[in-house]
Amino acid sequence: MSGDEQAASGPAWVGDTNAELPMDSDVEAATTAAPRPAHLRIGYLGLVAIGGAVGTALREAISLGIGPIGGFPIAIFAINVVGAFVLGGLLDLLALRGPDEGRRRRIRLLVGTGVLGGFTTYSSFATDTAQLLAGGSAGVAILYAFATLLAGALATWAGIALGMRLGRPRRAARRAGVRS
Amino acid sequence: MTPLVFLALSAAGGVGAATRFFVDGAVKARIRGSYPVGTTIINVSGSLLLGLVTGLALTHLVADDWRLVLGGGFLGGYTTFSTASFETVRLLQNRRWGAALANGVGMMLVSVAAALLGLWLGSLI
Repeated sequence: MSGDEQAASGPAWVGDTNAELPMDSDVEAATTAAPRPAHLRIGYLGLVAIGGAVGTALREAISLGIGPIGGFPIAIFAINVVGAFVLGGLLDLLALRGPDEGRRRRIRLLVGTGVLGGFTTYSSFATDTAQLLAGGSAGVAILYAFATLLAGALATWAGIALGMRLGRPRRAARRAGVRS
Repeated sequence: MTPLVFLALSAAGGVGAATRFFVDGAVKARIRGSYPVGTTIINVSGSLLLGLVTGLALTHLVADDWRLVLGGGFLGGYTTFSTASFETVRLLQNRRWGAALANGVGMMLVSVAAALLGLWLGSLI
């Protein structure tokens, strides 16, 4: 399995620019050899499916139990923001541990692509916003849409930062100006 | 909701997630560059379809259990917010401001428009 694909970022962790983080969460570099591409490997598909089922079950259990507040879909909002945070942390930690292969890749696919991808949802986000707009609640719709994007981006960024602290505490301390 | 429906929507979510993984991989194999086109295609198409399913359910052409399984289940697993947010932040960290705006606000606007279209189509049928 090693060597057939790896994150587009390249070599091991260097510098502070996060250059080694993949540009996206399912990146595969082109390969000249003939190993089966990741998205066609039944084992990988199975991992993603299992994780996705778990994430979906969690999401639906939460969102069916907590209704909107003043039209604002608070459950999906919280789910998406928490999911964004956890994915940021997960992908950063995995990238710090090494290249995207073997066990790390399987964890990424099961938990990241699977559980967190199933847990969070874009379709409900967009459709709820659309229904708010169509129903005349443009203010809530705009608030919901932009609050989700902003909180989600901040959560992702915080997750990445936390992952960096957990993965390389000495480096994080140095950046904070503390000599170790 | 019955336990069976809950099981069904969870399984559908798994299928949706696997479909997302497949589609994203297929897109990446065909498209050059690092802009995450796959996630955009997935989230916009998923939003269109959920709008359609929701519209059909509102006029009772689709039973509510099916809306849960297809909508919350399959399409909820198929689409992803966490990946989209991660990709936007990575674009920002790489100072690709236009790309980040497109992937963030742009994807949202197109997805909401797609959902509106789906809702409207569902109400027509």
